[in-house]
Amino acid sequence: MTATDGATPTIVLVGHGMVGQRFLEALAERGLTAAHRVVVLCEEPRPAYDRVALTSYFSGKTPEELSMTDMAFIEKEGIELHIGDPAETIDREAKRVTARSGLVVDYDVLVLATGSYPFVPPVPNKDARGCFVYRTIEDLLAIEEYASTRTTGAVVGGGLLGLEAAGALKGLGLTSHIVEFAPRLMPVQVDEGGGAALLRTIEDMGLSVHTGVGTQEIVVDEDGAVTGMKLSDGSELSADLVVFSAGVRPRDQLARESGLTVGERGGIAVDEQCRTVNDPHVFAIGECALASDGRVYGLVAPGYEQAETAAAAIAADEAEELTFTGADLSTKLKLLGVDVASFGDAHGTAEDCLDVVYSDSRSGLYKKLVIGRDGTLLGGILVGDAEAYGTLRAFTGTVPPVSPESLVLPAGAGGPVQLGPTALPDDAIICSCNNVRKGTIRGAVTEHNCTTVPEVKKCTKAGTTCGSCVKVLGQLVTAELEASGVVVDKGLCGCFSQTREELYEIVLALRINTYQDLLDRYGRDSAKGGDGCDVCKPAVGSIIASLAPTIGASGYVLDGEQAALQETNDHFLANLQKNGSYSVVPRIPGGEITPEGLIVIGEIARDFGLYTKITGGQRIDMFGARVEQLPLIWTRLVDAGFESGHAYGKSLRTVKSCVGQTWCRYGVQDSVRMAIDLELRYRGLRSPHKLKSAVSGCARECAEAQSKDFGIIATSGGWNLYVGGNGGATPRHADLLAQDLNDAELIKLIDRFLMFYIRTADRLERTSTWLERIPGGLDHVRDVVVEDSLGICEELESLMTAHVAHYRDEWADTINDPEKLSRFVSFVNAPDTPDPVVGFVPERDQIKPDLPLLSIGLRPADDVLEGSAQR
Amino acid sequence: MTLAPETTDLKIQLRLDNSADDWFTVCDLSLLLPGRGVAALLPDGRQAAIFRDRAGSLYAIDNRDPFGGAAVLSRGLTGTHQGRPYVASPLLKQRFDLESGRCLDDETVAVRAYEVRAAA
Ligand code: SRM
Ligand SMILES: Cc1cc2nc3c(=O)[nH]c(=O)nc-3n(C[C@H](O)[C@H](O)[C@H](O)COP(=O)(O)OP(=O)(O)OC[C@H]3O[C@@H](n4cnc5c(N)ncnc54)[C@H](O)[C@@H]3O)c2cc1C
Ligand code: SF4
Ligand code: FES
Repeated sequence: MTATDGATPTIVLVGHGMVGQRFLEALAERGLTAAHRVVVLCEEPRPAYDRVALTSYFSGKTPEELSMTDMAFIEKEGIELHIGDPAETIDREAKRVTARSGLVVDYDVLVLATGSYPFVPPVPNKDARGCFVYRTIEDLLAIEEYASTRTTGAVVGGGLLGLEAAGALKGLGLTSHIVEFAPRLMPVQVDEGGGAALLRTIEDMGLSVHTGVGTQEIVVDEDGAVTGMKLSDGSELSADLVVFSAGVRPRDQLARESGLTVGERGGIAVDEQCRTVNDPHVFAIGECALASDGRVYGLVAPGYEQAETAAAAIAADEAEELTFTGADLSTKLKLLGVDVASFGDAHGTAEDCLDVVYSDSRSGLYKKLVIGRDGTLLGGILVGDAEAYGTLRAFTGTVPPVSPESLVLPAGAGGPVQLGPTALPDDAIICSCNNVRKGTIRGAVTEHNCTTVPEVKKCTKAGTTCGSCVKVLGQLVTAELEASGVVVDKGLCGCFSQTREELYEIVLALRINTYQDLLDRYGRDSAKGGDGCDVCKPAVGSIIASLAPTIGASGYVLDGEQAALQETNDHFLANLQKNGSYSVVPRIPGGEITPEGLIVIGEIARDFGLYTKITGGQRIDMFGARVEQLPLIWTRLVDAGFESGHAYGKSLRTVKSCVGQTWCRYGVQDSVRMAIDLELRYRGLRSPHKLKSAVSGCARECAEAQSKDFGIIATSGGWNLYVGGNGGATPRHADLLAQDLNDAELIKLIDRFLMFYIRTADRLERTSTWLERIPGGLDHVRDVVVEDSLGICEELESLMTAHVAHYRDEWADTINDPEKLSRFVSFVNAPDTPDPVVGFVPERDQIKPDLPLLSIGLRPADDVLEGSAQR
Repeated sequence: MTLAPETTDLKIQLRLDNSADDWFTVCDLSLLLPGRGVAALLPDGRQAAIFRDRAGSLYAIDNRDPFGGAAVLSRGLTGTHQGRPYVASPLLKQRFDLESGRCLDDETVAVRAYEVRAAA
């Protein structure tokens, strides 16, 4: 088959990776897709996706979410995309490409964007079962499958990608080793000092690091599956799975075979326009190209620049003569929990440059700036705290307005100076992935009328790749809006111009006890008298519920208007599942339960056919209840003495406990009793986000109290109170608030702490983020709740006393209220008919949702946490 | 299926076929809480989510969330966006215009909207 079309000139793109896709966009922007036939040969079984974010697959991103290809774009531009069909030969004389399927295309212009392949050192058994590379979604799927039945993994290579891969293996539950030939980790990006700090952090994460040794042989069992590796120092490492991440090599084979010049160490040689040096009709861009400065760039930003350059050359657009002569090699590690960044001339190779170094190996901090004789910031390395990366990178090449020392010193040591983004020069590069300068971002606000970060991202492409610049981007957009006289709206939502904290003060001071009253009196003019929105309704509903006894509102969330303010979970006092059924979680204070209690739960679950699971919060979840079953289930639970566990509410979840002094030989206090007391005291307390707690009977910390919003650890002298801990997506260790408290002191302090948090936090802000955000941080909170610096402690305590005195189990209230019960039906016109969409199929002797109809669309927001979907 | 007894005067009715005068009686108006939805089972097995806003206007759209697949739109929170009433799906929070059924967060998606009235 020959696919030619004599009339329109044809552009053939080989390789549909990140750079290839950018090239197509660049063609479209220049109107070239209209004037040309564009044919794309894509080797992988899926169109271009975000390889930079590959690892986020393991944190829950689906392959669809990683996709960078908008099929509507491909269609609209008339691009012929051949998926799973790689180019096999190029005949440059005939200007013809042949693909594996036999497809033959004649080109006028050929663009090679074939990327790289992972280099696998030629060690014996390198292809054994259990050996992988880390480059494509298919690689990850294969690793994930293989890892599911193994326990130990090893990564060959301790560079940027190696560390990412090791983190991913750890995330898959494997004990992980990293083997690096160089004497330190990330040898390309960091220097010796940085390597030492990095090593500490990585080891603290539970990864074993072996530097200064090479892999000599992969050891296999009689079935040919990996069991370990032999290292150059004679030692052996056992591992069920090996990932090679020892660098990449340009995929230049196709070019080589067609007689194009390739570099000594690989890479298709091109000139400043990205045209191959041998053939004016052939271009090479991205990781397969050897740029005119003699380098092959292994990062996406230079590739994007090359894509633009090649498209401009093809357009022969005189007004826009782009050249590619080199690029910035800034990088930031995306591995969760490790802050490492290097930018500019990180190793100080420029003549006469000076270093400014701050290092604290105890806390794994290392920061180095490379400064020129005239004070110009040339580059730097940040390990342990890369907070300043965005700003520093943008200042590279200029003389920063403050002394370099103040940029790296930690708080309290004379620094750090907050460099406002306004201090940046207009030509500072803010987004190095997409080469976007500050001036362009300002222009997006001032000339293109963008008013939000998402709009600016769309308009400039800044922040759309690795995301490391988004923070600075946000600061710039706010600064620019403020400068142009726009008052930046800090209001809760489109209905209220006040923050949540301000609304709390209004509700409390004026004793406002309905949402409508608040909206009509204090809402924005446009919102007064209206229906509000899904942001402020639950937020205000929560404020009213927290303060209910004090402001004279009903504490029962289904009463009157309050019912209409609740998210579906609170509305049905249960958690919505993906097929429309609900889960049921009775409270099991402190995780302590009698055998009778267990039997009742077991009987109920059996009688209603529910799926049961022990939760991560030391209690039992029963899944798969239909709405109309909820009251029946709860009637039996309440009869047996159970009450709501508020698993659905932004309120106290669990107070976990360890077995403590009563049984454990190490225990120094009765942690179970304290956990039960606390859980019963704070149950039902509505708050800006959920609250979790735990009590450990000694410093061994079996209850993981330091990962909780308030955590208590027993000491021989009493209790230590920790606050602001968090598990979840951004874990944070709690800070010690006070030591050696007796029972009464402990409870008083928690009362004050929680009420102060409820008063001042933003909606959906956990204590951890709140503590990080509020001015003065932990010290301020300690001043307020321990020293009573604001004189409000008495009020905080009395608010809590009122809550405790008025607590009622909302499930007991509900099953005794026929009007409320009538809402628990699938259909208002057929109360006895169950929702036919709710279906189940068996799995491992229980049930799971049957979802044949689901997933016809993708969710739009990238951040879909419970109740916090961002728009 | 057993249908709920109809007791008060005003009933909620849905127009099943826009070209015909085909009104299906669902339930008493009093069963609808302002700002909150209910689901109704239609004769053809489809489901409608019916809402009443603060001003008393009624809306009805298909109950099935086209993103998640579950029939739960009636259980979402309602509000106003740029003067138009919407419901946010309780699953992944996409908003749907209650008058047209269009998704406000993804212009390529829409659910069916029904004409609805309160009649004696
Ligand atoms: C059932 C359970 C998982 C399990 O099978 O064990 C669970 C299930 C859910 N978790 Fe969780 N979490 C459960 C323990 C945890 C824990 C462990 C713990 O509490 O010790 C954590 C980490 C600790 C923490 O919160 O700091 C945890 C961190 C989260 C997060 C992330 C919070 C964060 O601050 O980053 C979310 C999302 C959110 O809240 O926005 C979440 C959200 C959810 C939601 C509510 C998501 C949703 O909206 O559907 C899940 C619904 C449960 C349901 O339908 O019943 N879950 N979740 C656990 C219930 C514990 C309980 O008895 O109440
Ligand atoms: C895990 C990981 C993390 C990374 N993190 C970062 C980061 O933080 N920052 C950064 O800047 N860079 C990062 N990179 C590197 C970045 O992904 C690459 O620089 C970028 O993908 C290069 O784009 P490309 O289009 O040149 O190559 P690729 O994205 O590799 O695309 C090339 C495509 O061409 C296809 N192909 C090859 N030969 C043929 C053929 N004969 N016919 C048809 N198709 C063919 C390949 O299958 C591939 O799909 C990371 C890479 C990985 C793997
Ligand atoms: S935390 Fe201490 S007291 Fe509690 S179970 Fe662990 S070792 Fe025992
Ligand atoms: S620097 Fe990577 S997206 Fe901006």
